Amino acid sequence: MKNTITFHTGQAVPLDRDNVDTDQIIPKQFLKSIKKSGFGENLFDAWRYEDEGFPGQDVSKRKLSENFILNQSRFLDSDILISKKNFGCGSSREHAVWSLMDYGFRVVIAESFADIFYNNCFNNGLLPIVLSSNEIDKLLALSHERKIIEIDLENQVIFSEDSQVAQFEIDPFRKKCILEGLDEIGLSLTHSEQIKEFEKKRALDSPWIFINEKKNG
Amino acid sequence: MPNTLYDKLWNLHEVDLRADGTYLLYIDRHLIHEVTSPQAFEGLKLAGRKPWRISANIATPDHNVPTTNRSKGLEGIDDEVSKLQVITLDDNCKEHEILQFDINDHRQGIVHVVGPEQGLTLPGMTIVCGDSHTSTHGALATLSMGIGTSEVEHVLATQCLKTSKLKNMRVVISGELQKGVTAKDVTLAVIGKIGTAGGTGYAIEYAGSVIENMSIEGRMTVCNMAIEAGARAGLVAYDLTTEKYIENRPFAPSGDQWIQATKQWSQLVSDDNAFFDHEITIDGSSIAPQVTWGTSPEMVSDIDGLIPESTSDSIKHALEYMNLESGKKIKDIQLDQVFIGSCTNSRIEDLREAAKILEGKKVSDSIKRAIVVPGSGLVSDQAIREGLDKIFIESGFEWRAPGCSMCLAMNPDQLGDGEHCASTSNRNFEGRQGYGGRTHLVSPATAAASSIEGSFVDVREYL
Ligand code: SF4
Repeated sequence: MKNTITFHTGQAVPLDRDNVDTDQIIPKQFLKSIKKSGFGENLFDAWRYEDEGFPGQDVSKRKLSENFILNQSRFLDSDILISKKNFGCGSSREHAVWSLMDYGFRVVIAESFADIFYNNCFNNGLLPIVLSSNEIDKLLALSHERKIIEIDLENQVIFSEDSQVAQFEIDPFRKKCILEGLDEIGLSLTHSEQIKEFEKKRALDSPWIFINEKKNG
Repeated sequence: MPNTLYDKLWNLHEVDLRADGTYLLYIDRHLIHEVTSPQAFEGLKLAGRKPWRISANIATPDHNVPTTNRSKGLEGIDDEVSKLQVITLDDNCKEHEILQFDINDHRQGIVHVVGPEQGLTLPGMTIVCGDSHTSTHGALATLSMGIGTSEVEHVLATQCLKTSKLKNMRVVISGELQKGVTAKDVTLAVIGKIGTAGGTGYAIEYAGSVIENMSIEGRMTVCNMAIEAGARAGLVAYDLTTEKYIENRPFAPSGDQWIQATKQWSQLVSDDNAFFDHEITIDGSSIAPQVTWGTSPEMVSDIDGLIPESTSDSIKHALEYMNLESGKKIKDIQLDQVFIGSCTNSRIEDLREAAKILEGKKVSDSIKRAIVVPGSGLVSDQAIREGLDKIFIESGFEWRAPGCSMCLAMNPDQLGDGEHCASTSNRNFEGRQGYGGRTHLVSPATAAASSIEGSFVDVREYL
């Protein structure tokens, strides 16, 4: 039995595929925005709608693809996404994370993640969890049954109906960042003196690296 | 202790260990383009921060710029949303006095073509950009990685990347390549072998006689697609080829500094007996021209191969999307469009390779459109000096202005629904080149030869 505060409790949707790439998560035509918000309605656009999407459209008028799992009525309110290998591969676009969050996802669980996407998740407070393929299969089954999934980030455990489904690994600091929302830049800037020292030395050793401005224009 | 090239580059840039166990890695060069930077500049402003070292940054618009109507500058961008993004880059660069090759500058181009071409990419540097194909620059013995927008903001504010150390992988391509087989075929064959997640968590150093004998352009093509194998960074050791490539480039050091620099750079090789966590060897002479048939770069075949059986859901899904049947010959795939360009294959050598095949020949009538998009204004100028533009135009190709173009189709260059395209770019993801578009990744030589035939051909038989 569990007795700690959960990080997140919700319904999971199974996206039973390998190599879900960031071009699928948010197609390029939506990257033209200079904002971070508003990407949710175009999440998985090509899979989600019957027609081709473009920015600024009224999505309520578009026909949804019935077969796409996110559109099935029993999964409409999902906020946990479950997928398989190499999730988030391809382009470095952070828009992929912004669109997952804007749609309402708080947690993505997969067998593995592409490196850049994984980093982007933590920089925005989206929790990525890596599990073995057996555990993923268990969760896929539970999500098909519409079981509530509970994520106890503190203890790194996933529950469903009070019984433990899986345990997961996460870097302690990253966990802290997700729980407390730390300012990464602020933290790095506490090292300003060391950065300045390093920079001075680098300019002495390899001055050509610092010559760019002289050639400007 | 013997070190790998990656270890050496890391050691040269490690600033400090943060309390969380991640390292601050000093960033020598930060490349900026219009798509992944606006939110980073915005974040900086909201937090009241300023860029740490202006001169580390260099910007150019590439993803959104049109490849026609370029004499009109910004006014040539019809799409208002794209235009706003390019203008936002202009504004941010002006505000912070960041050097930009803007849409009207003849040095403008794809950021990964421009950096090396200008000598802004120098051996021993750490380079980052909000673009996954930053791995390209590793061809010049740099540690170069793609980053997300939050990291762009972090690098702007601190001149450091917060990161952990990667593991070392070495991919050795031994022997010699067959005639007609190019760097693109090498990099696709490697991905076919190790898979799109095979390099996750690693920096891949490419080595062996094939790489040693390769031009810098070819090495960039190979490193460009390291990310398609899951690796954040690709690397090639420094050698005389690197030195010759850099000498006299606009931002390269000169005089005494050149002597000092080349002396330092000569250390940028993996030591004998350096430890690699993983090592594979591929016999270069066994590599045939490669063609992808699916929707992930690992779904790749030799030119004389067949579309595979659908043994998994991923393959089944890919074949449905590509409208291809198992057992069909790769050579029987009919093409609608041909695209020569992208940061993988838009350098002068790529254009020469394609033009050589197209000279005196015509693009098949069955091809609806064939376009060639040079990687930068300077590549374009050079090609025009060599008369390559004429060869392309006479054969039926459209000669365009530099940019990312149909690599990701954010500008008007796009595939139609269901169209098959022989593309020299790096990603064959669903819809990447246009809604419903079907991309086959190939070398410039294969793209050129196949444009003549209207279907895939073995370029070795064309030489
Ligand atoms: S050419 Fe393609 S892969 Fe390269 S930077 Fe542009 S969009 Fe990205």
